[in-house]
Amino acid sequence: MQSRKGLWMFLPLLAFLGLAVLLASGLGRDTEELPTALAGKPLPEMQLPSLMRRGTEVSNELFIGHWTLLNVWATWCPTCYVEHPYLIKLAEQGIRIVGLNYKDEPDKAREYLASLGNPYMEVAVDESGRYGIDLGVYGAPETFVIDPQGEVVLRYVGELNDRSWQQRFAPVWEQEAQ
Amino acid sequence: MKRLLLLVLFCWPLASGAVEDIYQFDSAADEHRFRELLVQLRCPKCQNQAIADSDAPISQDMREQVASMIRDGRSNEQIVDYFVERYGDFVNYEPPLTPQTLILWLGPMLAMLGGALLVGLQMRRARRIARGEDVL
Repeated sequence: MQSRKGLWMFLPLLAFLGLAVLLASGLGRDTEELPTALAGKPLPEMQLPSLMRRGTEVSNELFIGHWTLLNVWATWCPTCYVEHPYLIKLAEQGIRIVGLNYKDEPDKAREYLASLGNPYMEVAVDESGRYGIDLGVYGAPETFVIDPQGEVVLRYVGELNDRSWQQRFAPVWEQEAQ
Repeated sequence: MKRLLLLVLFCWPLASGAVEDIYQFDSAADEHRFRELLVQLRCPKCQNQAIADSDAPISQDMREQVASMIRDGRSNEQIVDYFVERYGDFVNYEPPLTPQTLILWLGPMLAMLGGALLVGLQMRRARRIARGEDVL
């Protein structure tokens, strides 16, 4: 009887340790970043006006046959200004970047690119944010990696910089070289 | 007067907490569905708010989308699926039962059962002591 009681005595301690381990594993996890529901799925059907080539449309065809970054940006987004020089650097390295101008005013967006430089080979305009919903976008900046089949490989929320590139994008992007 | 002022001040936060957009629906039933969906869908930007009471632009867009889908005659299930397809199970405040969410659904029940078991054992012990039995 005595030994059984001894075991029971440790039960609260065990429960506490179990809970502590469970909760500690959750600490420091970035809860801002949601798993994309799109990974491995084709890019949602895109039919949006082009920002620079007025009168033309941007569609999924643009993504077929190339590895491409799809960068969601807007002039109202402070972090977009921060990551902009890095995007230019990536573009200079020959990385193909398509912009999605998200819930913005096209005139302001054109001005932004004219004064800060244009890293995008094409910019699609999503003024209403409807395409953003299709993509599961909830803010800016967000960056997606699209493979040559036009499928979403990766989604990244937040500033694109050297660190996030090395950590998140480089491992995926290296597949391109193979 | 002072009391009235206090009352107004106390009510202030309540008024600012409610997001009021004007949406027109064909029937009261549709309007009811709209209210229901707005508290079931979670704002992906603000993390711990339903889209009903979030001011984030994405929540406005989502409310707009819910309203237009209701007008198009889509069912609640179709509308929730539409958002889950895009934002994952995260947007659903009523997540489906999957191996990943098992702990969400069963955790509270297990904790309750465990608690009830402990209370039961304690009560049995207390009764035995009261009866003068040797418990050790």
